[in-house]
Amino acid sequence: MNLTLKIWRQKDSKTKGLMVDYKVTDISEHMSFLEMMDVLNEQLVNTGEEPVAFDHDCREGICGMCSMYINGEAHGPDRGVTTCQLHMRMFKDGDTITIEPFRAKAFPVIKDLVVDRSSFERIQQAGGFISVNTSGNTQDANAIPISKHAADEAMDAAACIGCGACVATCKNSSAMLFVGAKVSQYALLPQGQVEAADRVLNMVAQMDAEGFGNCTNTGACEIECPKGISLENIARMNREYLSASLKG
Amino acid sequence: MSGILNSSIARKFAMALSAFFLMFFLLQHFVINVTSIFPNNGATFNKLSHFMGTNALIQYALQPVLIFGVVFHFVMGFVLEIKNNNARAIKYAKNNGAANSTWMSRNMIWTGLAILAFIVLHFIDFWFPEINTKFIQGDWSGMHNGQLRYFHELQEKFVNPARVGVYIVAFVFLALHLLHGFDSAFQSVGANNKYTKGLKTFGKLYAILIPLGFIVIALFHHFNH
Repeated sequence: MNLTLKIWRQKDSKTKGLMVDYKVTDISEHMSFLEMMDVLNEQLVNTGEEPVAFDHDCREGICGMCSMYINGEAHGPDRGVTTCQLHMRMFKDGDTITIEPFRAKAFPVIKDLVVDRSSFERIQQAGGFISVNTSGNTQDANAIPISKHAADEAMDAAACIGCGACVATCKNSSAMLFVGAKVSQYALLPQGQVEAADRVLNMVAQMDAEGFGNCTNTGACEIECPKGISLENIARMNREYLSASLKG
Repeated sequence: MSGILNSSIARKFAMALSAFFLMFFLLQHFVINVTSIFPNNGATFNKLSHFMGTNALIQYALQPVLIFGVVFHFVMGFVLEIKNNNARAIKYAKNNGAANSTWMSRNMIWTGLAILAFIVLHFIDFWFPEINTKFIQGDWSGMHNGQLRYFHELQEKFVNPARVGVYIVAFVFLALHLLHGFDSAFQSVGANNKYTKGLKTFGKLYAILIPLGFIVIALFHHFNH
């Protein structure tokens, strides 16, 4: 198929960017979206132009590196996939595809479609962990009784790969689905209870400090999340936060 | 407690609490208005209105709380809107919001502003004259020409078809606001569980039936006076 691409080009974080049109031809419908971008970049290199910078790593939907806002949706028009798992069969011959970086004040553009998502790392560092004594006497985690229901819910929350699609999709650039998932995966397990109050207070404080917006419960994040993280995690974070705040 | 009053989750929670209060008030307002179409020529409506308008607890305690609730809800709405807009400096060239969220959820500020404009009109129609009669002229009798005045005043307001039209449009905006707002408030206070599905259905019924009821009452008085 032959396509017209409208791509955000930005030299660096300080330079103003703009949308630039490109044509790509003979794109196979079996290609992934990133492979199509590879074809474009090869074309640009061959003509002496600067290739389009975009994030990618595992290319199998695990690492959370690939981003891109494609035709008005994070990770494109398919559901439950990252951009690397998006196939060109989702598009038609002659289509014009608009490709932009994830937009949020807390995700500044580094170059073209690459954004700095280290704000997520700082939120995680603020409380997304448990403290375990690793002196050699560490208790076997499997020896701790955990209900199947709690284990399943914790696992669902832990499926978050921190890609930032929730922030990119949210009309308010809110990070509450990400933080809700990270708070939940520990709050649901006994190992996470000891630091539960500090965790949620610190992670939410860091989230606010990074400049993310407020959640207005549109539910867009849940729909666009490649890992199907549920809004229940935001509700749980809200409960955890209020409970921790009231305890002091 | 120190950080809670300035956090994003506390703002959500406060917004939800004021929404619960306003939704409860709306239900109470609706129940009283329904009595205006009872086939007793407004007798029940007059009695209830006089009680609401002269009871000290309602006038001096609940009314200020209600005004605070309304003002807080829209001021916080503006604050959140500004903060949320600031969280994305450069907007998307192409954004397909309809792919993942409802129109109502994305436009709460606009439906809210329409309701706010309606509240101003509603205050000019009913609340300011009421305050003038009671607190400035000092007339707490509720009487006019030898009978309780409330039902007659209500009927007079719905003679003008333009006003009825504005009220109908405002109630449509109210329904759109509630269609997202009802279950959004529950989610904000952390209530997302096995009852959520049923609650959402109830919320949709509330959001449609209450404004629809207000519209029916307005039309009833327009065509029966």
